[in-house]
Amino acid sequence: MRGLFAAVMLMGIYSFLGASWMLLLDAPDVAFTEASVGAGVSTILALATLALTTRKAKTPVRRPALPLLIVAVTGAALVYGTLDMPHFGDPEAPASNYPHPSYVERTEHDIHVPNVVTAVLASYRGYDTLGETVVIFTAGIAVLVLLRGSRKRRPPGGEGERAP
Amino acid sequence: MTDHTILRVVSKLLLPYVLLFALYVQFHGDYGPGGGFQAGVIFAAGFVLYGLIFGLTAVRRVAPARMIELVIATGVLVYAGTGVATMLMGGNFLDYDALNAAHPSTGQHYGILVVELGVGMTVAAVMIAVYSTFAGRGRA
Repeated sequence: MRGLFAAVMLMGIYSFLGASWMLLLDAPDVAFTEASVGAGVSTILALATLALTTRKAKTPVRRPALPLLIVAVTGAALVYGTLDMPHFGDPEAPASNYPHPSYVERTEHDIHVPNVVTAVLASYRGYDTLGETVVIFTAGIAVLVLLRGSRKRRPPGGEGERAP
Repeated sequence: MTDHTILRVVSKLLLPYVLLFALYVQFHGDYGPGGGFQAGVIFAAGFVLYGLIFGLTAVRRVAPARMIELVIATGVLVYAGTGVATMLMGGNFLDYDALNAAHPSTGQHYGILVVELGVGMTVAAVMIAVYSTFAGRGRA
């Protein structure tokens, strides 16, 4: 498939399906994030990129034999890795036992907040969320510096100055 | 897209509800699904919709680049500042119990609310900034 517009749309649809899947797994917070970030804003940004570049991917010159082999081997390794994973909904699975279930029991007493996800995210694991916020901050600043910086370096007189 | 009457009217009708929903997700995150990250993205989506229909200049008029940059930094400062505040009030960094020593759970409520607000501000502002710099590049 060489049409990049269709590729972007497929990416958005896939992300939205992922969100629905998370909802089926009783993880509305994750589903919410996936739907808004993955399906929403990422798609818009990818479309904006298309508007700046082109809608068609270039036809590759060589046969993609080696890349195909690498992808196949990596995929096989990943599938092999899933064989060791605990079964879906297994009460003995590490995900059901760690972090300790007492978070669920303690939240009601410690914080009086019904949404345990929020309690863990903002209070018990407040450091991590601060780190995440700083990551977003850094990424935003980096994008601003990269995109604006390249505009200033153009020769004056042409398209030059920044829009008011 | 200034000549698409239906798109203009519908998006104008939708916009207040998008922003209101973002605020609901932001401040109701302790009780329902949601929180700062999701709310910030939804809030930014409102601006993106506005930009798609009414053009980037209209967005820049509502949210000047300078202000957006300030909000990006303010969000992180609000978050980290809450941690410093709890330290000043005698607790550990980001230990919201210290915000209200008599009722620790009330302190936790305040702490979570303020911290999520910081997250929401940074996320919304970063998304708006990234969108408007991307969209503004082609037309320079």
